[in-house]
Amino acid sequence: MKLSERDRSLLAGEMGDAQKIAMELLIAVGETDGAQTLIDIEMAHIDGCSYHGQAGVDFAQMLVDGGGRVQVPTTLNVSSLDLLHPDLYKGDSAVAEAAKGLMDHYVTLGCRPTWTCAPYQLHDRPSFGQQIAWGESNAIVFANSVLGARTNRYGDFMDICCALTGRAPYAGLHTDEGRLGTIQFNIVVPGSILDDDLTYPLLGHVLGRLAGSRVPVITGLDERATEDRLKALGAAAASSGAVAMFHAVGVTPEAHSLSEALGNAAPQQVTNLSVDTLRNARRELTTAIGTLGAVSVGTPHMSFDEFISLAALVEGQTTAVPFYVNTSRDVLDRAENAGVMAPIKAFGVTVVTDTCTYITPIMGDIEGDVMTNSGKWAYYAPANLGVSVVIGSLADCVASAVTGSVVSTGEWS
Amino acid sequence: MRVDQVLVDGVAAGEILALDAPLSFWGGVSIESGRIVDPAHPQAGVSLAGKVVVLPHGRGSSSSSSVLAEMIRIGTGPAGIVLDEPDSILVIGVLVADRLYGTRCPIVVASTTPEAGSIWRINGAELELVS
Repeated sequence: MKLSERDRSLLAGEMGDAQKIAMELLIAVGETDGAQTLIDIEMAHIDGCSYHGQAGVDFAQMLVDGGGRVQVPTTLNVSSLDLLHPDLYKGDSAVAEAAKGLMDHYVTLGCRPTWTCAPYQLHDRPSFGQQIAWGESNAIVFANSVLGARTNRYGDFMDICCALTGRAPYAGLHTDEGRLGTIQFNIVVPGSILDDDLTYPLLGHVLGRLAGSRVPVITGLDERATEDRLKALGAAAASSGAVAMFHAVGVTPEAHSLSEALGNAAPQQVTNLSVDTLRNARRELTTAIGTLGAVSVGTPHMSFDEFISLAALVEGQTTAVPFYVNTSRDVLDRAENAGVMAPIKAFGVTVVTDTCTYITPIMGDIEGDVMTNSGKWAYYAPANLGVSVVIGSLADCVASAVTGSVVSTGEWS
Repeated sequence: MRVDQVLVDGVAAGEILALDAPLSFWGGVSIESGRIVDPAHPQAGVSLAGKVVVLPHGRGSSSSSSVLAEMIRIGTGPAGIVLDEPDSILVIGVLVADRLYGTRCPIVVASTTPEAGSIWRINGAELELVS
């Protein structure tokens, strides 16, 4: 690999042990990706602050001991704890202590304690064309697809190596050619389907299954595919598959036309997606429809606009089951300042920040199924929490919570 | 047989476990037991521990690096991994476990996969039948 003078200085340990380790790992991984060189990055987002055992703590400790400091503005993903509402945690106290230690290490390394899986909802998010290094699968696919920023799928450890060096291997989605679509999906559904929030996570679930790690190009979406709907689509596609970028022709910034998205080449495969395909996806993501035990929304973290929608839906009502909303401390702060939270609190929600209900023991023993509007939550929760899940739109989640039993409307009834 | 690419160099032998579908280590595997816990995976319940796992590319979470490193630390991880395309999320997990604990889980890319159930050794750029 061709290295700059500064790269060689980092590699020689002239900026400390942590930076040396980071550069060694960056080069080793970059070579397996076929990178010939490293490039500067402008931002990083760290997934490694989320606790999965001692290995993550040992690695972060090694970087702290080595005097590591991030070289670019760096945000932190969700962890296992809600630091604003610590009483919500129902798990083992030793695990909580270890998880807190891990979080502290990453703050010591100079990362901002944002604790969100949706860093693209923060004020200073990346802009079109910026080279960045992001972890967290839903954030990666959003940055590439919706913002037009450029990141590969960085795993835990690699994310902080990029942040500590300010560099990333120049390969894959960092390059022009790596971002071209290779597989085409035509959405062939009645127009009313595109008005339904639930369409988007279902579509993402199907895309992930069929596209794997390729870059899919979607035709048939329009301006109704808002940022929040694209967030839901991408998060589901990055759960059922390894999708790190998609194009939606006429919607996303590198797909003004089908030929632009495909780089004037023929797609390897063209697939039409019908309402039946989406119905099948809904069945796959619904493990049971029995008694409603709880509702969880906000995976990825609920945005300010979604709080406004939720406030309108719940106005004047109260929930009959536990109702969880996951969000970032930053968005919660904005929603509170804007006066949006009053009807939501009166409805009876439990607000969870800094973490998410499907990765840490917050919900406790639920008697009955959990309803969610998230394809990602529906995908992971059965294995993580041992619960059965029903997927539905935000409006159906609220209607179900009010009546205490699952309500499905529209095409999905 | 010669592999197409060595992602993490090393030597490891074990029974071949060929997965029929992609797998996310985070959310898909129990760290404590090494077993697949993703209920949607066709081989749910099967253990990866000590196996040479043939994986049709990774999937899902970027936390899979941490999960794989932790499995290697506590001894429930695969002995080696054979991929059909490079996957840097698994590579970094293995490199970090090697650096911290000196336990190396080699990863190679190979287009032809050895027969399930037989014992094979990854030996640098060679895949060798043991028995």
